[in-house]
Amino acid sequence: MKYTEDHEWLRVEGDLIVVGITEHAASQLGDVVFVELPEPETMVAQGDEVVVIESVKAASDILAPVDGEVVEINADLTDSPALVNEDPTGAAWFFKLKVDDLSVLDQFMDEDEYNDLIS
Amino acid sequence: MSELGRTALHGLHLELGARMVPFAGYDMPVQFPMGVLREHLHTRTAAGLFDVSHMGQVLVRPMSGDMADAALALESLMPIDLCGLQSGRQRYGMFTNDSGGISDDLMVAHRGDHFLVVVNAACKEADLAHMQARLPGCHVEPVPNRGLLALQGPLAAQSLAQMIPDVMAMRFMDVATPAWQGHDLWVTRSGYSGEDGFEISVPNAQAMPLARALLALPAVAPIGLGARDSLRLEAGLCLYGHDITPDTSPVEAALAWAISKARRASGARAGGFPGADRILTELADGPTRLRVGLLPEGRAPMREGTELFATATSPAPIGHVTSGGFAPSLDRPIAMGYVPAPHATPGTLLFGAVRGKRLPLQVCPLPFRIPTYQR
Repeated sequence: MKYTEDHEWLRVEGDLIVVGITEHAASQLGDVVFVELPEPETMVAQGDEVVVIESVKAASDILAPVDGEVVEINADLTDSPALVNEDPTGAAWFFKLKVDDLSVLDQFMDEDEYNDLIS
Repeated sequence: MSELGRTALHGLHLELGARMVPFAGYDMPVQFPMGVLREHLHTRTAAGLFDVSHMGQVLVRPMSGDMADAALALESLMPIDLCGLQSGRQRYGMFTNDSGGISDDLMVAHRGDHFLVVVNAACKEADLAHMQARLPGCHVEPVPNRGLLALQGPLAAQSLAQMIPDVMAMRFMDVATPAWQGHDLWVTRSGYSGEDGFEISVPNAQAMPLARALLALPAVAPIGLGARDSLRLEAGLCLYGHDITPDTSPVEAALAWAISKARRASGARAGGFPGADRILTELADGPTRLRVGLLPEGRAPMREGTELFATATSPAPIGHVTSGGFAPSLDRPIAMGYVPAPHATPGTLLFGAVRGKRLPLQVCPLPFRIPTYQR
């Protein structure tokens, strides 16, 4: 598992990168009530706003961590946005990205580095 | 920036694990570990305890000793019948400015030989100066030595009655002065959540023990500003500085119900408050724009500032959202905003611009959820 400074986690699954938000981020957001996902087969560039998350308090977004193609989205989140608070690192993954080269993940933090960031 | 103020309950908020935010110059709890959603629902099903000590409490005493003098003086600042307000009763009102806008909304309680005026935290210095300048026949004194707690929800009355049985005899908007542990509490049966409940003014030194005693009751949980906001929005209640401002008149704000008959055109003491020309004209002819309830058709919340359009393609906005978010008790997004009068009829279809998309929403009556006041 790798982590971004925007509090996303990145997990490799075959040749795809699964993207979600960390428990820390979910707790900071508060109760999530709405999630807007991209269309599958969307090409995204690093830094693009890919997902909108609305909590009871405010709106925020998930940025594409790297260039790639969204090949799968977690439609469960549309019906059950509360999953983001209940299981942020498991059932509440947001989308899967297909990238040219998984070594793009090397630039991101490992768990220890991320824990240092949020402590 | 000057240092944030702290209420008498600040230490208790920290002890309870609150997430603190700056609000109107105070370090206030936005939520407790329960979280905004559950705090909201808890208040709707049991009883929530809110620290509203940041709000301004001001006493207005007639120098003559005759409350009619203070009532008439205060009536010169607001379109409310205060001469008709009985001792032991409270009324909602607002200070208006010379152009008919609202400079603050407030509660006035008749406490026998004085009025207690409770005003918004962000306005309290200005309100105090306003009253001191404009009420020459009255002593106008702030009350910095008392905190203010709100206990709200269907179990608020029976909870508070376990400590103070007399509160059961109060009805909505009653004012009483029961004693607790030898200290006078100034209690009103009112609040800002759309629920039955009480606001309790308590000497600062007793605020902590009172809050602890209330929180020890099984139905009572601490509630932060986040849920206070979603509760008042569901109840269709205005947030000063957002839904009502110095530019919006009480009539535009759909607060005409609060303008007493005695102060209207044919009333016994018609006009005589700042901005009366505009306000009485709007009462007679209808306002050009109106605060309305808005129901987004999808699940996406429409937040404050969202521009409203008459059609999916019309170029110019006709209004904007002044408060909006997710309504936990209704399990859907809701909003309030101002639209031109021809678009203010319930059922009118409008569009809100959210992240570049025009999303449909319908004008609806306020409140979104019918309050459960004990009248």
